[in-house]
Amino acid sequence: MTMENHNEPLYLYPVWIRLWHLLNALFCLTLIITGLSIQFSNPTITVKFSVAVAIHNVAGVLLSINYIIFFIGNLFTRNGGYYIISVRGFFQRIKVQFHYYTIGVFKKENAPFPVTTDSKFNPLQQFSYVAVMYVIVPLAILSGLGLLYPEITVNSLIGISGLDYTDLLHLFCGFIVTIFMCIHLYFCTFGKTLISNFKSIINGYH
Amino acid sequence: MIYRANIRPAWVVLILLLCFAIAFALAKSTESSSAGKNADKQEKAEKIDLTKFKNSETNEQCLKCHGQSKYTYENAETKKMINKRMYSELIIKRDEFYVSNHKGFKCADCHSEDYAIFPHAGNLRMESKPNCLDCHGGDEKYAKFQFEKIDTNFMASVHSQKHSEDFTCWMCHNPHTYKINARTNENLKETITYDNLICLSCHSDVTKYELLTNKEKPNILLKHEWLPNQASHFTNVRCIECHAQNKDTLIVAHQIVPKNMAVKKCESCHAKNSILYASLFKYNVRENIKKQGWFKGLFLSETSTIGPDQNNILNIISLVIFGFTVLFILIHAVLRIQKSH
Repeated sequence: MTMENHNEPLYLYPVWIRLWHLLNALFCLTLIITGLSIQFSNPTITVKFSVAVAIHNVAGVLLSINYIIFFIGNLFTRNGGYYIISVRGFFQRIKVQFHYYTIGVFKKENAPFPVTTDSKFNPLQQFSYVAVMYVIVPLAILSGLGLLYPEITVNSLIGISGLDYTDLLHLFCGFIVTIFMCIHLYFCTFGKTLISNFKSIINGYH
Repeated sequence: MIYRANIRPAWVVLILLLCFAIAFALAKSTESSSAGKNADKQEKAEKIDLTKFKNSETNEQCLKCHGQSKYTYENAETKKMINKRMYSELIIKRDEFYVSNHKGFKCADCHSEDYAIFPHAGNLRMESKPNCLDCHGGDEKYAKFQFEKIDTNFMASVHSQKHSEDFTCWMCHNPHTYKINARTNENLKETITYDNLICLSCHSDVTKYELLTNKEKPNILLKHEWLPNQASHFTNVRCIECHAQNKDTLIVAHQIVPKNMAVKKCESCHAKNSILYASLFKYNVRENIKKQGWFKGLFLSETSTIGPDQNNILNIISLVIFGFTVLFILIHAVLRIQKSH
């Protein structure tokens, strides 16, 4: 691992990633709000049901298109490299990072895996980003597609409509993404200052 | 040294997606390959001019007698014209036949050509008549109607189990008048009435009912006395909705279940998670697309799956998990602030 001079800002987030990230955040938020609105359809406290459904559908399709951009981008640019998990010693590194978040950070220790051009993410970030972006979001998109075109879902499995499974999976994914977003936002305050990481994803420099 | 697995997650997902797509395509192709395509054509062909009909001339030879309540023939010996009443079961109603699904057939397609000779030979009435599957079974063209599935369902139904071979498709679906309805009729009430009349043709007609059983015909109104708003249910719900095993598809509901298994609980239909929910949701989406086109019908539809996920336990579990997440973040943040001072 190379240690780099932290006074020199690293250009880590090219324009396409920043744009993708911004859109992804907006669509996710929209989907979470309208999704909750559909789930707990209650006209007095949430968005009108029909409006929520329409917005949710459109935002879902836009997020899917945006995901394809991310997916292709990660296949063909070096950004994809950040998502490759090095298997050897991974759990050890996760432990170190976890220790830092739970104890080290209160003792003013330095971050065990500082951001470099070679590794943008710490092990916990890497794990959670891969899990969310390569497992949960694709599942959410596929199950969402199943709900949009119910004809493509399995008719029934052990007596329960396939639509129910699809729906449950979609909810599960949406829930995980919601939890992820909360934690993601909080851990973004772990930069040099509370807001430095938020600035980074806007101007591209870490 | 850090070992790196030499694959990007994106490739793994791409390969998985491809596998999924192939598996899905295979599964779907076996289901029904030609579904949907012919539906529109058929709808348009429904209203036709009777005289235009290709076999109407040939069929009129039969309908001359069988198309009305009396027939006339010349007595060979006395040379007198004789008027006779046609036995009601042998009357084919022209107007119903010519809009039915089998309107394109010649009578001789299903009946012996020897019927061309009058008086008809007595042994002709012993001829075995074709069943639905004799023509529709195993045919790609009819795959979308799922005749095989219907047959399996029918075989498991009380109709088949109790009456064995006496009970044929024709008991409910008159080959001369049967017209596909649920798929093509825009008027839902008409479809409901049409379908219910099929059941009532035996269950409210003692002469037909007694053909198959010695039991006394039950009084349907009395039997359903427990049902609140009976009249409304009868005009708005098909009998098979409660008396047949309903799967996700509205089309194949031929497995009539014994009466003790019929739907009797209000919440089976009137709850958010009801037996009607899945099939109606699919139906609604399909209809929306048909009426408003792909974009408007799909993206801007008001249909969504509300309900099956409204599970209280799941709601509580997710709320607890979410609560703990927020709590963890709050505690962590407070501790950080405290330590930084």
